[in-house]
Amino acid sequence: MEINGAQILINSLKSEGVEYVFGYPGGAVLHIYDALEIQDDVKHVLVRHEQGAAHAADGYARTSGKPGVVLVTSGPGITNAVTGIATAHMDSIPMVVISGQVPSPLIGGDAFQEVDAVGITRSCVKHNFLVKDIKDIAVTVKKAFHIATTGRPGPVLIDIPKDITIAQIEPKSYPEVVDIRSYKPTIKVSDRQIKKAAQLIAKSKRPILYSGGGSVIGNASKELREFTRLLNFPITQTLMGLGAFPATDDLSVGMLGMHGQYEANMAMHGSDLVVAIGARFDDRITGNLSKFCPTAKIIHIDIDPSSISKNVLAHIPIVGQVSTVLSALTNELKDAKLADISKWWKQINDWRSVDSLAYQKTKGIIKPQTVIEALYEVTKGEAIVTSDVGQHQMWAAQYYPFDEPRRWINSGGLGTMGFGLPAAMGAKLADPKRDVACVTGEGSIQMMLQELSTMLQYHTPVKIVNLNNGYLGMVRQWQEFFYEKRYAMSYMDALPDFVKLAESYGHMGVRVEKEADLKPALIEAFAQKEHTIFLDIMTDPTENVFPMIPAGGAHCDMLLAGRDEMVSQNETDFNAV
Amino acid sequence: MRHIISVLVENEAGALSRVSGLFSARGFNIESLTVAQTNDPGLSRMTIVSSGNDRIIEQIVKQLNKLIDVVKVIDLTDQEHVERELMLVKVCVKKKDELEVKQLVDIFSCKIVDVSDRTYTIEIAGKTRKINAFLNALDFALVMEVSRTGVTGISRGRTVL
Repeated sequence: MEINGAQILINSLKSEGVEYVFGYPGGAVLHIYDALEIQDDVKHVLVRHEQGAAHAADGYARTSGKPGVVLVTSGPGITNAVTGIATAHMDSIPMVVISGQVPSPLIGGDAFQEVDAVGITRSCVKHNFLVKDIKDIAVTVKKAFHIATTGRPGPVLIDIPKDITIAQIEPKSYPEVVDIRSYKPTIKVSDRQIKKAAQLIAKSKRPILYSGGGSVIGNASKELREFTRLLNFPITQTLMGLGAFPATDDLSVGMLGMHGQYEANMAMHGSDLVVAIGARFDDRITGNLSKFCPTAKIIHIDIDPSSISKNVLAHIPIVGQVSTVLSALTNELKDAKLADISKWWKQINDWRSVDSLAYQKTKGIIKPQTVIEALYEVTKGEAIVTSDVGQHQMWAAQYYPFDEPRRWINSGGLGTMGFGLPAAMGAKLADPKRDVACVTGEGSIQMMLQELSTMLQYHTPVKIVNLNNGYLGMVRQWQEFFYEKRYAMSYMDALPDFVKLAESYGHMGVRVEKEADLKPALIEAFAQKEHTIFLDIMTDPTENVFPMIPAGGAHCDMLLAGRDEMVSQNETDFNAV
Repeated sequence: MRHIISVLVENEAGALSRVSGLFSARGFNIESLTVAQTNDPGLSRMTIVSSGNDRIIEQIVKQLNKLIDVVKVIDLTDQEHVERELMLVKVCVKKKDELEVKQLVDIFSCKIVDVSDRTYTIEIAGKTRKINAFLNALDFALVMEVSRTGVTGISRGRTVL
């Protein structure tokens, strides 16, 4: 019996084991929605804005490790989704986006709701396809999932003209394997590079491991722990990598970079060997490149050859899956005699004693850091925490130590405000039993508020922790430091009553104005397992994120809380260590 | 330094814009780009002339390899190779200069492919440097228009892309 293109598409998604599709209907995808309606295997989540669909699919993917799937219509449907696709692309998140297109004969004629979806998304997807023949639907879906989930993962877009989805064909069985001659993501790790790296590692007297998002996305947490513990090396993790190695372990020196911990940045600066593991030397990590790790040799492990020596020259590049490379290195080094690094540890512990995350409490005002600490306590460190972008994101990363991967969900690369709420919804669908908290601010949350409605419809109870300081805090902080306190457009007047707002969406809202009410409110909120609760927490509007490396600074040039002078350690003679 | 990069890509719609889009998005420069189908109709071959230091060229090659449609990339400049460019040039020639133009065509071993009242269209193929030299030598005549293909290249000996 012949079936139509839309049914072939849905059957293909079924064959890929797709559990949820996040989407929004429209003219060009009506046939696809009709095909969705007549089956029960693939569930559809109706978002309220296509950007929310992409972020929710992204949150689902980051939590579950499976690709997120998005379905949007042509024209504004796909353009709305672009921010979410670009967010996933920057953070290497596996995602398949299906966009409807105007019927083939109308393409290029400026038809109603027509945009060049393939052209618009080209620079923010791993790959994209325009399906021109019904016969190609199944194989294109197969290719899209293969490309999205292998190698360095990323979003793949399939643009399907409406006429292709209604054309009829005798269905064939879904392809089991796919062979793309121009795409061979499996890379054999070079034994020679492993040996060279192992020799350098064994000799190093001031080593540091620098682990990034690749350790989380590449499911290399186990291998990373074995490797780090075998060597007894200090390890720092990027914003994207948090949780791959437990933050509460003694070997962890915390997050590095612009708002990284003092001991992490100082250890990078003073090291003689940096082992970069699934990390890409982003500018928020390196600071001033010309002053970056002046005495270190660099070993760089990455699945993507183009990440290696892009920003920082790698002395020993190793291309491959992080987990495979780390296993090989662990194996190579398990009986090796390592250099004594006890003096290096002593130095690191001295830096640790600076306690760069200490902050001053003020009577009568809730400090944002206190909120995150209380959140950690109440959830026993076991929640999934999503965040939006800004000061609250940094505080969440600093004051909620993550001990497991895929618990910290944030837009690190693109820095997309509005990410947190829909991502929390996706995370809750992926892991329904776990508590999910969305740490946000009154600026970010307003970019995706409408998803509160979706969250009620699909019953995804999350706790929204709104650090409400009335300011676009990170903008305000930069204006305070670098623009002589001219606070251009960083103050938001006329904020909504978030409690009433949450209630009008059918959720519960609580305003917290006193520190004494903070913990009880959090305890009560997390006890309400079945409800989404909006905690609108009034926090100190003048608080800044510390430590901080000002733009153009080196890792050793850090601003610490409560000190007027920059702490600069240029004079330290690391070679004496 | 100037590099000639050969790229084998799937002969699919959009492959060219993926490559050219990559160059503009990442700020790499293109001096010339040629593309046409190969003996395998499923594959196209591009020849891109770009310039930059070693780090930039390394990134160009890596980023090209990362494109899903790209089958293979080599930097021809790394090896013995032949490079050619073709130019059609139309010149307006005064009666007194006719002989000199014909002599130049002889010297540069090119040919006149079209003649009309006071105009010659000349075809010349060779290395970019030779073509530039020919254009310079024509300075006494009025060059009306120039159409160049950009460089194409192939490695010498048994090496293939």
